[in-house]
Amino acid sequence: MTTMPTGTIAGQGSKERDAAGPQPAARRNSAPRRTARGRQTRAAWTLAAPFLALFLAFMLLPVVWSMLMSLTDTKSADLRTPLSVSFTGFDNYVRLFQDPQFFTALQNTAVFVLVGLPLTLAAGLAAAVALDRGIRRFRAVFRVGFYLPVITSVVAVAVVWKTLLEPHTGLVNTVLGWFGIDGPAWLADTRFALPVMIIMAVWRNLGTVMIIMLAGLQSVPQSLMEAAELDGAGAWQRFWRVTFPLLRPALLLTAVTTGIGYLQFFDEPFVMTDGGPLDSTLSATLYAYKQFGNGNYDMASAAGYVVFALIIALTVLQFRVLRDKD
Amino acid sequence: MTTPVTSAPTPSSAVDTVLRRRRIRREWGRPWLYLPLTGLLLLMVTPFLWMLSGSLKPEADIRKIPPDLIPTRPTLANYRELLGTLDFTSMFANSVLVALAVTAGNLLFCSMLGYALAKLEFRGQRAVFTLVIATLMVPGLVTFVPLYVLVSNMRLTGSLLGLILPFLATPFGVFLMRQFISTLPDELIDAARVDGCSELAIFWKIILPLTRPALATLGIITFLGSWNNFLWPLVVAQNESQYTLPVGLALASSGQDFTRFGILLAGAVVVLLPVTVVFLLFQRHFVAGIATTGLK
Repeated sequence: MTTMPTGTIAGQGSKERDAAGPQPAARRNSAPRRTARGRQTRAAWTLAAPFLALFLAFMLLPVVWSMLMSLTDTKSADLRTPLSVSFTGFDNYVRLFQDPQFFTALQNTAVFVLVGLPLTLAAGLAAAVALDRGIRRFRAVFRVGFYLPVITSVVAVAVVWKTLLEPHTGLVNTVLGWFGIDGPAWLADTRFALPVMIIMAVWRNLGTVMIIMLAGLQSVPQSLMEAAELDGAGAWQRFWRVTFPLLRPALLLTAVTTGIGYLQFFDEPFVMTDGGPLDSTLSATLYAYKQFGNGNYDMASAAGYVVFALIIALTVLQFRVLRDKD
Repeated sequence: MTTPVTSAPTPSSAVDTVLRRRRIRREWGRPWLYLPLTGLLLLMVTPFLWMLSGSLKPEADIRKIPPDLIPTRPTLANYRELLGTLDFTSMFANSVLVALAVTAGNLLFCSMLGYALAKLEFRGQRAVFTLVIATLMVPGLVTFVPLYVLVSNMRLTGSLLGLILPFLATPFGVFLMRQFISTLPDELIDAARVDGCSELAIFWKIILPLTRPALATLGIITFLGSWNNFLWPLVVAQNESQYTLPVGLALASSGQDFTRFGILLAGAVVVLLPVTVVFLLFQRHFVAGIATTGLK
């Protein structure tokens, strides 16, 4: 009924609309402020568009697709036409939790996170505090040295650690030999392979924690420390009562990001042990990757989502524990 | 724990010593801390020294029991062989090309969206921000599988584009740029608007130049990340002409060459050297940028 007139208006207004963004009506009957708003909106979406297009294609689409995959049987499907698959509900998840190997992988991941994360945070924090208050000369040297492992390639580092840990010709057992200790076979020993990788992870990541904490520490006002000192607070008290609360946001950030990384523990076992010996370094992500390698895309996606769920749980927990209490 | 330097009332006879001690402390900090920190520093850099030392040893000396810490017969043979056997130049070029493309994409797209989220007002702003930030938590393996299917369906597994495209726009970059840009004063933008500057020109001519420190940080982080990226190129690269350095190194270490420690260590040096140089040159930017993300 109203098709004709509306069409006409739209036709007349088309030039105007180009200038005013998606709301020609609003433009016509309002003050310049409105126009500015429209211009801003259009500029904002223009600026956002390239990112969002890439993000949609290579992030959101895969996330949703993966969820669908985890609920289907991909073995029978042609993945080029995603709609041809048959939904199997939570079958993949059930199979996952019935697989003792997945259970081992989860257990290893849990040990890695529960031991590695606190160690990394504590070591990074200690290094930052020592560098901030304790040391003036050569501070840059220490900072660079501690941070160097962070920027390194896992593959390169894994190669180096492999040779360091060689039972006979490696440096580690040689040094232990000086003290009369007969070092173990490290990566080939089920008791030591995972702990070694935890130590490697602490070595690689404490620099990140240190840098962020250092920045946090430098924002603690000197006057606050002096006031606390005049009130008779000892160094220990000053740290726990003054410094630590102010570090909380930085600690939360590093705990969350490092935690997310650690739950996806993968690179070291992939390069160094392939999950062995006897699955002692198999992680949940490595398990998922192996499923992917065997063509079980559905199981790989399901395992990926289990890790995702763990990440959300850990992050929520960290926010609960570490957020400011106000 | 406490050093007695700041104890309140000092007998006048000891004033000189106290003042001297204070001066030393101002310059050096707490001397007793140097010992544990230097020990820890040594632990941190030992693998690098070991790598360098091993890469300069002839193969026979690498197998020596006990090993020499300093090569007794230093040689460049490992490096020479590395350049000869692996298709090193093409892998190096691939790594550089991919890293530069990924970095350029992230700098541009993330700063654009970062500015829109920090300083412009538009409907859906919160939703966009929440969505982008929420994906920071998504584990790589969740997107990995469909991404692989996607890229192979696009027939990109045979080209470097397949290594680049999925990493051109990353949520972390948006987060970092938004944090930084929101610290810039609004007055600048308002003034430019009053002067009749268009919205896009404001971004390009005013905001982008001011964002240089954050761009430097994001650039370094992205470059390093891409340079060190391993799993994706390993899976997507189908032939040697697409290998990046880490892929070449990993395949060399899992093949028969695994027994050739000297070559592998030389390879590790070559992978690490460029990023170490980049980091050392720009570390100030780096630290400043990390700090801005960490504290807001």
